[in-house]
Amino acid sequence: MTGAQQAALVIALAATTWGLRAIGPTIVGSRALPARLARMIALVAPALLAGLIAWQVFAHGERLVVDARTAGLGAAAVAVAARLPIPVVLIAAATATALVRLLSP
Amino acid sequence: MVRGIVLPLAVATVLDGLTFGLLARTVGLGAGTAVGLSAFAFSGSAQFAAVGVIAAGGGVLAAVVPALLLNARSVPMGLSVAPALRGGRTRRLLEAQLVIDESWAASQVAPGRFDRRLLLAVGASQWFAWVGGTVFGIAGAGLVGDPHRFGLDAVVPALFLSLLAAQLTSHRARLAACGGAAITVALTPLVPPGIPVAAAVLATLIGWRR
Repeated sequence: MTGAQQAALVIALAATTWGLRAIGPTIVGSRALPARLARMIALVAPALLAGLIAWQVFAHGERLVVDARTAGLGAAAVAVAARLPIPVVLIAAATATALVRLLSP
Repeated sequence: MVRGIVLPLAVATVLDGLTFGLLARTVGLGAGTAVGLSAFAFSGSAQFAAVGVIAAGGGVLAAVVPALLLNARSVPMGLSVAPALRGGRTRRLLEAQLVIDESWAASQVAPGRFDRRLLLAVGASQWFAWVGGTVFGIAGAGLVGDPHRFGLDAVVPALFLSLLAAQLTSHRARLAACGGAAITVALTPLVPPGIPVAAAVLATLIGWRR
């Protein structure tokens, strides 16, 4: 890529992400939301969090895979169920994933 | 509880940024371009996708389209966070730039309610970690080897799982979570990356009726 193309890349990618992040606050503003929209927005977090977890753990490009990340998610689930503090949950997940990678050929 | 997550998240993001800096140099992007992308786009998934496209010989347009798809989830995130932002229009739009996966997820204190200060604190610390990591990566700090060795790619999903568990207070929230995960898994093999996560918000339609 030439210097000009690289500058265009920075501007285009920055403009895209800025624009997408600006849409929500532009539409909603500080007005109160209609009840139906408020109910749906309260469900955005569980729906999107679950989608993000599934994507980050099981997706590899456009393929679904079960690999060391699954062990990390399992360890995190056990730690969450045991009501351990969040930093412990994060360390458990990283340790389990690292161990599986270390031990797998 | 929340203070403890800033540091582990920052460490994971520094190493992620380091990987990005290394990759960006490997595919022939300049140091200024790599740092500029991290500082102004501030989007790991979009930046990694762009580097992948460039590595495959793609141009600017080919790199921007997947970034747009990958970040489509910013729209529902921005909608849910908007009532928590403060100040005039310009200020709100600037604050919205700190809404990334990590800050959005960590700052939700009750279903649909966000703590603005926490959002900005996590968002700002993540920005410094991401840009700093990129600089280290460019400087050739590839001495740690593959950061995946340390299992750090499992840290963010584990955080999201902790936060999700706290969200599952109603039958409806549990249904939305199952629906979101099912939609993402079902669509992953079928449509381009990014769309399956954005489509998870369709599960919020179960809130349509009282």
